[in-house]
Amino acid sequence: MTEQRIGIEVSRAIAIATKLANVDVVSAYPITPQTHIVEDIAELVANGELDAAYIPVESEHSAMSACLGAAAVGARTFTATAGQGLELMHEVLYIASSMRLPVVMAVANRALSAPLSIWGDHSDVMATRDTGWIQIFAANGQETFDNVLCAFRIAEDQRVLLPVMVHLDGFHLTHMIEPIYIPEPSQVDKFLPQNQYPLPLDPNKPITMGAFAPPDIYTEVKKAQQVNLTAAKEAILQCWKEFGDCFGRYYSPVESYRGEKAKVLLLVMGSFSETAMSAIDILRGEGKEVGLIKLRLWRPFPFDEIRRAVRGAEVLIILDRALSFGGPGGPVCSEIRSALYNEDKRPKVIGFVGGLGGRDISPGGFKEIINRGIEISQTGSEREFEMFGVRE
Amino acid sequence: MTKSEGELTWKDLEIGSIVTEPGNASQYQTGGWRTQRPIHDTNKCIKCGLCAIFCPEGCIEPNAEGYFEPNLFYCKGCGICARECWTQAITMVEEEE
Repeated sequence: MTEQRIGIEVSRAIAIATKLANVDVVSAYPITPQTHIVEDIAELVANGELDAAYIPVESEHSAMSACLGAAAVGARTFTATAGQGLELMHEVLYIASSMRLPVVMAVANRALSAPLSIWGDHSDVMATRDTGWIQIFAANGQETFDNVLCAFRIAEDQRVLLPVMVHLDGFHLTHMIEPIYIPEPSQVDKFLPQNQYPLPLDPNKPITMGAFAPPDIYTEVKKAQQVNLTAAKEAILQCWKEFGDCFGRYYSPVESYRGEKAKVLLLVMGSFSETAMSAIDILRGEGKEVGLIKLRLWRPFPFDEIRRAVRGAEVLIILDRALSFGGPGGPVCSEIRSALYNEDKRPKVIGFVGGLGGRDISPGGFKEIINRGIEISQTGSEREFEMFGVRE
Repeated sequence: MTKSEGELTWKDLEIGSIVTEPGNASQYQTGGWRTQRPIHDTNKCIKCGLCAIFCPEGCIEPNAEGYFEPNLFYCKGCGICARECWTQAITMVEEEE
């Protein structure tokens, strides 16, 4: 039995991934550009192709709450959302992670209102940065599919037991038809063991979940959570290694494209990194020593991998698809800048914010960003960051 | 629970700080929140038990003589009993006094 490569919309491939993972409970509310994912899952359940409970709810707040209950009894649980939907879930996201409930969620990254925008950027994700979830960014359809499968294994790993978000750019990925390798069910069964939640809700063995914590214990709870999420990286690396051994596709927290010995590096997350690769090829063709860094693992933040990846560079240009208003620019740029601050030898970090609300950036655009970044590194800039492509 | 909450380190916690011992909320001294204490006057008390019915903490019970008394380990000093008592047999006094 081998994998079949088929042309399929990425959202639909995610639905197939949940079927292959044999999810027990799906609770979701449709929202663009995520709708095709849950629509397809609903169909799989209705057709009897997937033996799962599909709970339609009246809001994303309820969707995530239903997922918590399902995960708490030890069910393999999945949901998907985007943009405003992710915001409506917000308070429940913290509860999933602090209660150590291994929910898996695909997030079709979308801009936030107002003005209303259904198109893609990372504003929704960045608002959930500190919710304590593991967060993985996919760059293409195959990565999305593979990482949904990996997400179940990571979330349910006894060392981890944390919820996982798999991020895919709204429209740029959700609505793309791509050739994707779909494995056989038996291959997935071999890779993905049964969910064995260690302390499920069980009337025969009563426990209390989500009790209140007075000041003399809350700090200890948060410390445990911090240690747990940071340590999850080991399980994530092991999962990606074993996924590669099973399916031949290996993933890492940080990936370099022609980044070795590059004096100038561009760092991008999500689907834009695929386009940026073309820009790097063009610039390399012109004899420029440029490379690309793709950041795949956003939480837990891969400090060591990032430091290693940029060590030799003189200039590091970072593109954010989200804006921290009145702050230092993009969240990714400010985190990486602070991660490098205490290094003896570090590149100059130049921040750009662009690709907001579905605005595309072409290879030519990335070329411009890189050239402008090099210019700023030499001349300096009055601003903390620049917005790319904005009409002045 | 072998250790009290104030003694537990972060390493002692169950996953997701799950409480595995049912009913251990009874070990929590909610009386520590109190700023006012109810004083029951047995001369006025008619043993009707209305204070015990209204007590949101459920911590008022009759003693051997049938007079109602709060358990100060749990009593938060909310004063509802004093407000509801028909005969005004309950007075709230400052804890500092």
